[in-house]
Amino acid sequence: MNPNIENKNNPEEAVIQVNHLKKAFGEKEVLKDVNMVLAKGENLVVMGKSGTGKSVLIKCIVGLIQPDSGEIKVFGKEILGLKHSALDTLRVRIGFLFQGAALYDSMTVRENLEFPLLTHSKKLAKNEIDDLVKQALEDVMLADAIDAMPSDLSGGMRKRIGLARTLILKPEIMLYDEPTTGLDPVTSKEISELMVKMQEKYKVSSIIITHDVECASITANRIVLLNEGILASEGSFEEMKNSKEPWIRAFFNE
Amino acid sequence: MSIVAAARKTKTNTSFLPTGISSFFKEVGEMSAFAGKFFRQVFTPPYNFKETLRQCYAAGNKSFGLVAITAFIMGVVLTIQSRPTLVEFGAESWLPRMVSVSLVREIAPIITALICAGKIGSGIGAELGSMRVTEQIDAMEVSATNPFKYLVVTRIIATTLMLPLLVIMADAIGIFGGYIGYNLKDHISIGFYFYKVFHQVSFSDLFPATIKTFVFGFAIGLIGCYKGYTTKRGTEGVGIAANSAVVVASLLVFIIDMLAAQISTLYN
Repeated sequence: MNPNIENKNNPEEAVIQVNHLKKAFGEKEVLKDVNMVLAKGENLVVMGKSGTGKSVLIKCIVGLIQPDSGEIKVFGKEILGLKHSALDTLRVRIGFLFQGAALYDSMTVRENLEFPLLTHSKKLAKNEIDDLVKQALEDVMLADAIDAMPSDLSGGMRKRIGLARTLILKPEIMLYDEPTTGLDPVTSKEISELMVKMQEKYKVSSIIITHDVECASITANRIVLLNEGILASEGSFEEMKNSKEPWIRAFFNE
Repeated sequence: MSIVAAARKTKTNTSFLPTGISSFFKEVGEMSAFAGKFFRQVFTPPYNFKETLRQCYAAGNKSFGLVAITAFIMGVVLTIQSRPTLVEFGAESWLPRMVSVSLVREIAPIITALICAGKIGSGIGAELGSMRVTEQIDAMEVSATNPFKYLVVTRIIATTLMLPLLVIMADAIGIFGGYIGYNLKDHISIGFYFYKVFHQVSFSDLFPATIKTFVFGFAIGLIGCYKGYTTKRGTEGVGIAANSAVVVASLLVFIIDMLAAQISTLYN
C-alpha cells in the first residue's frame, strides 16, 4: 500500500483512525491491511470494485462487524473491545446511511424520524420533536411525505428520508454506504449535492462508499481506492482521474 | 501447515456426528442461547411498555377471529360426534361435562396454540426476517437502539401474555358451541347447560391447562423471533424463516403439551 495514506492528515484532527485492519470471511481475506484517517470536516470517498470490502470497512468502524485484528479509533477512542453501552454512546455521534436506506417498514415517515429522538432525547417535548422532524424533512425537501409509509416512496425518496433520519440526531460523523446505487443520474446528482449541503450545514465528517464516479466528483474532498484488501491509492478527484496508473484512470473514466 | 489450520483439520476429522444431527444440536444450542439472552434482557431497563402493548394488540387481534371461529366449530362438532356414544351408554347428561373438560384441558389450548403458531409465529418470523435482510435491524443497532430488546423481548412477552387470553376466550366460545351442538338434536336451556359446565369443570381442569398456554405462547414467540432474527440468505431466507417458525413452533407445542400432561398427572 501507499505508506503516505495514513499520514496525509494531522492525526490530532482525525475523527476516525483505522490501523492495520484485517477481516476475513472463512478463507476469503476481504480486508488485508487497511490504514486510513478521516479528518474533521472532510468528505472521504472510498472507491473500489464490487466485493473489495468497502461496506465491510465502514461496518467495522461502527461495530456491526468485528474485525479479526487491527485498531479502529473513533474520536480518539479505541472501539474494538468496547463495552456495549460505551459503543452505543459513540454510535449516537455517528450516522449511518444504508444502501437501501433501511427505513422501518411498519412505521410512517414521521415515526421513522421520531424513533431515534424518542430513544435518545427523552426530555424533548412533543412539539419540539415535531419541529425537529419537520426541519429534518425540509432539509431533504420532503416535508410533504411526513405521513407516507416507506412502501409508498420511490428509491430516491427513501434515501432522502434515510438521510433525514440519520441526521436528526446531529451526528458528527456520517458513513454513507453506496448512497446513489440504483438511482437514476438526476436523482443520484441530487442526493450527492444534498450530502455536500449537509456537510456544509452541519459540519459533519463523512466516509462515502461508492463506485459512482459522478457522486465522487461532487462529494469528495479526498478519494481512496480499495483494491485487493488494501487502500491502494489516494488523492483528489482530479489527481485520481489523471493518475499515471492505467487501472486507476480506467476506473475514473469509465 | 500452520497450527490453526492443523487444528481445524483435526476438528473436522474427529466430527463423528452426521451433518443433520450436528446441525440440529447446533441449532438447539443457539436457540437456548437466544432464550438465555431474552431472560437476561427482559428484566433490565429500559422497558418498552408502549411497543409491548402494541405487540400484544397485534398478536391478539391477528388471531382473534380465527381462534373464535375454530373454537366455536370445535365445540359444535365435538358435541355432535360425542353424543351417539354417550346416548348408547345412557350418559347423555354427561355431554356438557365431557365437552367442556375436553375443550378446557386439551382442545382449546392445542388448537389455539397451533393457530397462533401459524398466524403469529410465521408473521414474526417473516417480519423480523425481512427486517434483517433489508438492514433495518442493523440500522436500529447503529442508531444505538438495542434491537433485541425492542423487537424480540417485546414480541415474546406479547405472545406469552396473549396466548392464555386467547385460550380462555376459545374455552368460552367452544363451550358455547357445545351448547348450540347440543340443541341441534335435543333441547337444553342455556342456564342449565352452563350450570352443568361450571358445576362439573373444576379448578384442577382449568389451572394446569392455562399454565401450559403461557409456555406455548413463550415457545411460539421465541421460535418466531429466533428464526426471523437470525435470517440469512436474502429473501429466500425470509421464506425459510417464516416456514420453519411454523413447523418448529407447532412441533414444540406438541412436545410441551405431552410434558404438561405428564406433569399434571403427577399432581392428580
